[in-house]
Amino acid sequence: MPNMSMKKNEMPVQAPELRNKNFQEVALGYTTEQAIDEAQRCLNCKTKPCVSGCPVQIQIPAFIQQTVDGNFEAAFQIIAQTSSLPAVCGRVCPQESQCEKYCVRGIKGESVGIGRLERFVADWHNAQLDAKVEKPASNGHKVAIVGSGPAGLTCAGDLAKKGYEVTIFEALHLAGGVLVYGIPEFRLPKAIVQKEVNALKQLGVTINTNTVVGKSISVDELMEAGYEAIFIGSGAGLPRFMGVPGENLNGVYSANEFLTRINLMKSYQKDSNTPIMSIRKVAVVGGGNVAMDAARCAKRLGAEEVSIVYRRSENELPARKEEVEHAKEEGILFKLLSAPLEVLGDEKRFVKGLKCVAMELGDPDASGRRKPVEKVGSEFILDVDCVIAAIGTSPNPLIKSTTSGLETQKWGGIIVNEETGQTSKEGVFAGGDAVTGAATVILAMGAGKTAANGIDKYLMAKKQV
Amino acid sequence: MYTIQKKVELNPTVTLMEVQAPLVAKKAEPGQFIILRVDEDGERVPLTIADYDREKGTVTIIFQIVGASTTKLNHLKEGEAIHDFVGPLGVPTHTEGIKKVAIVGGGVGCAIAYPVAKKFHELGAVVHSIVGFRTKELVILEDEFQKVSDKYLLMTDDGSYGEKGLVTNALKALLDAGEKYDEVVAIGPMIMMKFVSQLTKEYNVKTMVSMNPVMIDGTGMCGGCRLTVGGKTKFACVDGPEFDGHQVDFDEAMARAGFYRGFERHAHDEACNLFKKEVN
Ligand SMILES: Cc1cc2nc3c(=O)[nH]c(=O)nc-3n(C[C@H](O)[C@H](O)[C@H](O)COP(=O)(O)OP(=O)(O)OC[C@H]3O[C@@H](n4cnc5c(N)ncnc54)[C@H](O)[C@@H]3O)c2cc1C
Ligand SMILES: Cc1cc2nc3c(=O)[nH]c(=O)nc-3n(C[C@H](O)[C@H](O)[C@H](O)COP(=O)(O)OP(=O)(O)OC[C@H]3O[C@@H](n4cnc5c(N)ncnc54)[C@H](O)[C@@H]3O)c2cc1C
Ligand code: SF4
Ligand code: FES
Repeated sequence: MPNMSMKKNEMPVQAPELRNKNFQEVALGYTTEQAIDEAQRCLNCKTKPCVSGCPVQIQIPAFIQQTVDGNFEAAFQIIAQTSSLPAVCGRVCPQESQCEKYCVRGIKGESVGIGRLERFVADWHNAQLDAKVEKPASNGHKVAIVGSGPAGLTCAGDLAKKGYEVTIFEALHLAGGVLVYGIPEFRLPKAIVQKEVNALKQLGVTINTNTVVGKSISVDELMEAGYEAIFIGSGAGLPRFMGVPGENLNGVYSANEFLTRINLMKSYQKDSNTPIMSIRKVAVVGGGNVAMDAARCAKRLGAEEVSIVYRRSENELPARKEEVEHAKEEGILFKLLSAPLEVLGDEKRFVKGLKCVAMELGDPDASGRRKPVEKVGSEFILDVDCVIAAIGTSPNPLIKSTTSGLETQKWGGIIVNEETGQTSKEGVFAGGDAVTGAATVILAMGAGKTAANGIDKYLMAKKQV
Repeated sequence: MYTIQKKVELNPTVTLMEVQAPLVAKKAEPGQFIILRVDEDGERVPLTIADYDREKGTVTIIFQIVGASTTKLNHLKEGEAIHDFVGPLGVPTHTEGIKKVAIVGGGVGCAIAYPVAKKFHELGAVVHSIVGFRTKELVILEDEFQKVSDKYLLMTDDGSYGEKGLVTNALKALLDAGEKYDEVVAIGPMIMMKFVSQLTKEYNVKTMVSMNPVMIDGTGMCGGCRLTVGGKTKFACVDGPEFDGHQVDFDEAMARAGFYRGFERHAHDEACNLFKKEVN
């Protein structure tokens, strides 16, 4: 008998006034009872609308039914057929605009908590004694992966399981991409990412950190060195700035710099060697996940007042709803329909304010969203000593400019065949943010899987001739 | 493992290290830099490639002990290893078509200027080196510079060695004496580079300066290293570190360089305490 409650089982969380002072995980995860109770809300629909909303088609009702029966390992294995990073995706996927958006239970009440169940099942699996992964027998073919974000990690894992000798080249000193330098600990504990990385090592994947492809070694040189195929998963790491006066004052950060100092370099810990300024009042410009993360980090660093400055209204905020709610609970202020005009500085060139203008929504633009227009004479000044620009990133031009015959879009995205991940250059594949521009973990992971299959088919076909 | 093959104290606050890093050595060119982390929790420290040996697979760095991380680095001994070492980063020095060059180095900046002078010398250009130090005991790389320079002028602020005066005085004297340079390369404290650039602007001599803003990743990902050149925002780590000195907004760059001064002291004090403990 299904559980006909209209509402999801609530996710246990750390209390807002506690958690906005620490970096521990906010959402604590379902207990076994809560998970089974939630799983019982699923109607096991024949048409599986939820599955069609999942970018990698996880067999959602199937894993949920196993969860109802308490077969958590079996549930995990169903997810693992199509997803390589369930513990990560269960935490950071925008389920409300994917699987849960299409869930039948969502028509009259709340959808099934699919993401929360995915997280529960993955955490349950991870908590069991580490089953030693066996390194598969080598098939003798070498593949290089550029970048260790979700796209690179997934592609590496899938190829290693097929017997390929895989080497990852990562520019930073730590593997994980945005999962380690961008998304904060309180949303995605770094131990979870580390576990995924360790599992790859057990599969025999070599990870060469401190290697900037295009500088330390180029894609063409990797091919000369005997790598028969190359996957580029270098992400979209180039920060965009606002283009307003005062942008280079001390106290203006890109979200990437602010988050990297905090997450990768651990500057929130007192004994960290990498400094971060002590902040009093902060304006975060932008309305996406990145802006929410930066704002919530700023609050945790002890800022008295943190405001999101976003030029459209609440309805258009691109961030996940859950993140917006969490931010509000933690005391983040929202200055909506406001756009920055100028960062104001003091005589020592430190930020002392952000001059903004109020906006109103006009006719829909190309994106279908109503276009914000300045309200004449509505300028106002926010009293802040730190401004964080979280207004987007694009792919780094380094790889394109150092690889012969690699075609990209005008804005830098690498052009690929969507079915195989193949680029314009023979033997070179790509996926994730490097192809799509800033997107999501699940899409990057999916692209890594697609390319792993593409690479396997390509190399096997080459072997035949 | 990035093992330290050789360690030499050049003066009481400047140390040279030869580090095993074959991949970096293979590609390194003058003007480029590396980023290192001394240990597992270390800060990412950018340092210029002072020299390299492609056959031995080593890269030489020369650093001034200024704070916590460089103090920790200086504690490592020959045979020990640096945790992370990535590079070569940045754009190499532009050398094409330059037949006569003045290299102006200030203080530890001479460590960055030396490989540039050497490269020009190897390419057959006429090299005039003007180096400046506060006082005699801080002088570094004297023999090395002399070997690669057609003219070598050493200045000290207090006159304890070489000529008394600033590098700009010496450069001005040369320019006034009718020396025609295709380019001046100035590397040292920001204020020195600013005044060299002001001077050469009057004489209309193209001038390159090597900017060293605070960096983190060194790959163009954070924008922390940004500066204004010719009215446009540039990232020193990928667009530089060398820029046209006549276009650089030095006042902004100097303000940005001082950003963390107030926030860094804590880490430095701790390292000093550590140091004291080890001495006891
Ligand atoms: C703050 C923040 C919060 C986010 N929150 C969410 C969320 O809640 N949900 C969600 O689904 N998505 C979120 N995203 C987006 C998501 O993280 C990305 O879409 C995803 O990580 C892209 O994966 P990727 O593998 O393509 O690239 P990345 O994760 O960017 O990894 C690329 C890797 O390649 C390395 N690299 C780059 N150039 C080179 C080179 N030349 N040589 C060697 N290595 C190189 C980089 O150092 C990096 O490690 C967020 C992003 C940010 C920044
Ligand atoms: C491209 C580049 C090349 C450089 N080459 C050399 C070199 O060859 N020899 C040398 O002695 N120094 C060089 N530097 C400067 C060197 O990186 C700093 O002295 C070092 O990071 C200081 O670290 P610290 O912890 O010991 O001192 P801290 O106490 O952290 O800082 C002392 C001062 O150093 C500067 N600094 C601190 N952190 C950084 C950082 N991450 N990046 C840049 N500057 C920083 C700041 O101005 C600070 O006020 C270079 C810097 C850059 C950007
Ligand atoms: S749509 Fe909702 S109720 Fe139906 S199978 Fe999917 S999760 Fe279960
Ligand atoms: S150091 Fe981060 S962009 Fe240059």
